[in-house]
Amino acid sequence: MDPIYLDNNATTRVDDAVVAAMLPFFTEQYGNPSSMHAFGEKVGRALKNARRQVQTLLGAEHDSEVIFTSCGTESNSTAILSALRAYPDRREIITTTVEHPAVLTLCEHLEKEGYTIHRLKVDNKGRLNLDEYRALLSPQVAIVSVMWANNETGTLFPVEEMAELANAAGVQFHTDAVQVVGKIPLDLKNSKIDMLSLSGHKLHSPKGIGVLYLRRNTRFRPLLRGGHQERGRRAGTENVAGIIGLGVAAEQAMAAMEHEQTVVRDLRDRLEQGILAQVPNAFPTGDPSNRLPNTSNIAFEFIEGEAILLLLNKVGIAASSGSACTSGSLEPSHVMRAMDIPYTAAHGTVRFSLSRYTTAEEIERVIEAVPPVVEQLRKLSPYWGTKGPASESFAPTYA
Amino acid sequence: MWDYSEKVKDHFFNPRNAGAIDGANAIGEVGSISCGDALRLTLKVDPDNERILDAGFQTFGCGSAIASSSALTEIIKGMTLEEALKVSNQDIADFLDGLPAEKMHCSVMGREALQAAVANFRGEEWSDDHEEGALICKCFAVDAVLIEETIRANNLTTVQEVTHYTKAGGGCSSCHEGIEEILAKVMAERATAAPVAAEPAPAQAPAAKGKLTNLQRIRIIEETIEKIRPQLQRDRGDVELVDVDGNTIYVNMIGACSGCQMAAMTLGGIQQQIVEALGELVRVVPAKQAAHACGGH
Repeated sequence: MDPIYLDNNATTRVDDAVVAAMLPFFTEQYGNPSSMHAFGEKVGRALKNARRQVQTLLGAEHDSEVIFTSCGTESNSTAILSALRAYPDRREIITTTVEHPAVLTLCEHLEKEGYTIHRLKVDNKGRLNLDEYRALLSPQVAIVSVMWANNETGTLFPVEEMAELANAAGVQFHTDAVQVVGKIPLDLKNSKIDMLSLSGHKLHSPKGIGVLYLRRNTRFRPLLRGGHQERGRRAGTENVAGIIGLGVAAEQAMAAMEHEQTVVRDLRDRLEQGILAQVPNAFPTGDPSNRLPNTSNIAFEFIEGEAILLLLNKVGIAASSGSACTSGSLEPSHVMRAMDIPYTAAHGTVRFSLSRYTTAEEIERVIEAVPPVVEQLRKLSPYWGTKGPASESFAPTYA
Repeated sequence: MWDYSEKVKDHFFNPRNAGAIDGANAIGEVGSISCGDALRLTLKVDPDNERILDAGFQTFGCGSAIASSSALTEIIKGMTLEEALKVSNQDIADFLDGLPAEKMHCSVMGREALQAAVANFRGEEWSDDHEEGALICKCFAVDAVLIEETIRANNLTTVQEVTHYTKAGGGCSSCHEGIEEILAKVMAERATAAPVAAEPAPAQAPAAKGKLTNLQRIRIIEETIEKIRPQLQRDRGDVELVDVDGNTIYVNMIGACSGCQMAAMTLGGIQQQIVEALGELVRVVPAKQAAHACGGH
């Protein structure tokens, strides 16, 4: 049986048409787009086209607002460090407790250098409190960086509203949107978002290509200085093939947006309901009423996530987990801890993330495969009796 | 994906002796659900010769925790308690053809459960005296608790010394920042603890290891501060030495410090560098706190 890939928030399959569009740029069209000859000129035109394709997906006003980078992490670092250099008197950053390590770890490092980091808390459904946010906005703040959707739970943050508030306070607003681009329609020209990060490999283009959207007339300092590529805002010879691939993937994502919002969402709901109907002591984490259409994160109590993944992998199902053991740390994921998910469940969370390639047959197979895996591990668990939790003291506190 | 050996995979997918055994007369429970792994070991021991007749395990944990538990029961079945107590966590790991460095704690848990079960059989109390910290050095599997204890016990002040004592940091270098953080924490504790002890008897000169004269000490302090100044000036700040009184060093923080938190961090950094340069514990404090109070927060 073919393996089933339900880990699309980690990375995605590169679409065949994307690969096909990229190939000539390794062979015949190998020119440097900066060169003054026909080899370079052709490539330069192709880059321009790709930039427009990404512009369309983002709903950006100008194609020059698209800066190609190497990955989402580079885009995030560029955005945050740019604001700190552009506003040297401002020593504060507002972010959240549940950001991706790409932002979280950078902020921890900046904290050690003396910056004040305000981390917005979330409730047990992963939602922010905008009053807390409003109170923190001040002229001391260099930048707000808030993810659009959480990678583990898929919970969406109201970044457009938050960008309006930041804008009114005269503070730059950046969003890590790597999980959102291609899954939800974007209209940046009608928003107050100053900077946005996207990552190619999350939307069926290759790894090693990312974008920083930079609104026109936003104060900016480059991370990489050198050549005049990307108008001097990101020096370094362009990853031409990657950019071409991302352009095609952007066009495909536009075409598949409706599918993502309907078919993928229905498959995800079917998967979640199918599992929860059969497995006791399991619940979805995050905010089920406001999340990405492709993501379901389920906490299975009294068992550990890595063990679940290994058994699922054996029957050809690929998913991921926020358990401590998958990362090598002793604590479960910071997202689960931020939501106060009890330890009885936080170690046993499994994230299923679908894509437009996911089929109904695959979802039915997963619904069949998960309950016996959970049962097998619960039989081994000292916290599980024959019919349920071995002790009342382990009853979940999460409603 | 972890690089698990075939043996680990085998014991995870086909665990031996899973479940509690009937008629157990030795039970050991270690770990907890909050730690992410827990093991309940049940043994049937022949009271006449203390031989382990049967063993069963129940484990909450990852693949290697389950495999380690399974391996443990296979190893100890048929042994006497004395023999079983000699089984080390390395023996469990070796039985499984090795475990990833991050997963060695799984084999430790097996050993502890065994000790707990033996204590239970003999009617003794067993307490878990093993404290485990986050894994800092992945090359040599050294955790934060061991590093911190070694720094304390030996008054270490540099990453290089920590590497000499514990091996941590001797490999890929990625943990040097983490070791520096532990060093900074322990040294800050030392520095705040020292004046408290010294204050009642200020006449007693601090026992500096190099036996420096006061003049030498002040010169070293001045040189250290001169080295730090350019960094502060880059951030539009500055620092000047005001006075040295025993092991308390008074300085003025000047210029743009945008928040008190920042000033405190800077003081901590200056203190650490002076401690390193002098080889003795000193405390760096602002000379005129009121006059230079930072605004803002």
